[in-house]
Amino acid sequence: MSKVLIIAEHDGATLNESTAKCVACANDLPDTEIDLLVLAKDGSGVAEQAARLDSVAKVRLIENDANEHALAAVLAPQIVALAGGYSHLFGPSTTFGKDLMPRVAALLGVNQVSDIMSVQGSHTFKRPIYAGNVILTVEAPADLPVVATIRTASYKSVSATNNAPVESLTDHTELPQHTRFVGLSSGSSDRPDLQSASLVVSGGRALGSAENFALIYALADKMGAAVGASRAAVDAGYVPNELQVGQTGKIIAPDLYIAIGISGAIQHLTGIKDVGTIVAINKDEDAPIFEVADIGLVGDLFKIIPELKDAL
Amino acid sequence: MEKILVGLKRVVDYNVRVRVRSDGSGVETDGVKMSINPFDEIALEEALRIKERGEASEVIVVSIGPSEAQQQLRTGLAMGADRAILIESADPVDPLTAARVFLELVNREQPGMVLLGKQAIDNDNNQAGQMLAAIWGRPQATFASKVEIQGSTATVTREVDIGLETIEIDLPAVVTTDLRLNEPRYVKLPDIMKAKRKPLDITPLAELGVGTATAHAEVAFEPPEERQKGIMVQDVAGLVEALKDKGLV
Repeated sequence: MSKVLIIAEHDGATLNESTAKCVACANDLPDTEIDLLVLAKDGSGVAEQAARLDSVAKVRLIENDANEHALAAVLAPQIVALAGGYSHLFGPSTTFGKDLMPRVAALLGVNQVSDIMSVQGSHTFKRPIYAGNVILTVEAPADLPVVATIRTASYKSVSATNNAPVESLTDHTELPQHTRFVGLSSGSSDRPDLQSASLVVSGGRALGSAENFALIYALADKMGAAVGASRAAVDAGYVPNELQVGQTGKIIAPDLYIAIGISGAIQHLTGIKDVGTIVAINKDEDAPIFEVADIGLVGDLFKIIPELKDAL
Repeated sequence: MEKILVGLKRVVDYNVRVRVRSDGSGVETDGVKMSINPFDEIALEEALRIKERGEASEVIVVSIGPSEAQQQLRTGLAMGADRAILIESADPVDPLTAARVFLELVNREQPGMVLLGKQAIDNDNNQAGQMLAAIWGRPQATFASKVEIQGSTATVTREVDIGLETIEIDLPAVVTTDLRLNEPRYVKLPDIMKAKRKPLDITPLAELGVGTATAHAEVAFEPPEERQKGIMVQDVAGLVEALKDKGLV
């Protein structure tokens, strides 16, 4: 039997979609019982959302002022204190989970399984390596807890029709003071979230400037799509870092991804491997993006974008 | 601070398109160009800049790997590191064992900061830095895009999914680098000559006295599923029609 503890990702008010995807992954383990752990300052709202996720047996909630911001050094010891009795501890392969879960794994004396894309057995998993150019099947030791991050693009969120019990806990772990939150600057906008959007319009270096990137935003807004970018566009300063799609940015799986002026480096392609339909628009007919695109159009993006916007 | 430790992993160069060996036993690395993991090169550049600002006095580059990793350490010395340590292991080392090796070196060298790449581009694990911080009991600042030192603390800006997060950490600490922290310098020929005279200490992993962790068994290697090549359309009208056919607009 697999007893799984999933660390919920949230911003203090809303449960992140990544948590429901971790539950979907845990469901693929044989004979599972799934608990969710919410670490928060005031977590009852988040715990309520977590309790609705299907397949969740119970939600465990630790409220503490120290948990206001997700600092790995502060959260990890609280998770480790609860780890006994669980065969698996899962978190999402988002920057939250990537920061936190290895710290948990090390405190438990195990290596982590990073970026699970498929469950083959209770201790056997597939994961991408070399920017997704190779798929590796790994087997974790059967007598040790499995600490893992889940590649969220590989899973569809479980539904939210459950009403699991919420159990409030008090943590007595001594928490470190050596790491302190200072601030968060977020390019928050009314646009859909890149990680969970079903439509994404993405721009690359060929846009040429931050000003020209307005074309991408305008098309995305017309379609109700999220905006993404290649590493080159982010490095050039056209858009902020949180829009980067690829090996070291976000791994996404929308139904439709329109790549405009993106040549398609392997590091970018690994971020869109699970996209439903890829549309590529590029003036270079030999661009590697056309090798993976479902629909390709060769031409000048400065002519095509306004035309497309008007045609939709 | 006195010292900064920097990890340099020898990996397949990022421009190489890797392939699974025909018998599925691993990844083809024979005759393939090897380089410093790009994130580690950024870590070294940052350490050198901290030293050049007078905020550290020595930069030590460390690699855990085969004898050939001396090449990457020499490159690190040519970039400006003061000395190098190779913990020699013919076999690949798992992230927790790597963290334990670094902890042993931390105990010997007492650095004010350990700078590592956020992930190595071969196994894409993204674990070693966080693990070192955990077993050392010290702060971690992962995915750094800006590092400022103020005496016994550092302010680090981190690239996170929703934007840029800033944290303050007490030193000593582990910092792992993201892409936009800096642009590593090019190595100049005279520096390559000078680097040959800098100290490079080699210790076999088995002699370090570090308990190795249980690595995951690597059961199978396979290429990813290829996407089917799609269609080309001639104009925007064709594109819109194709999207409508798929029910996407």
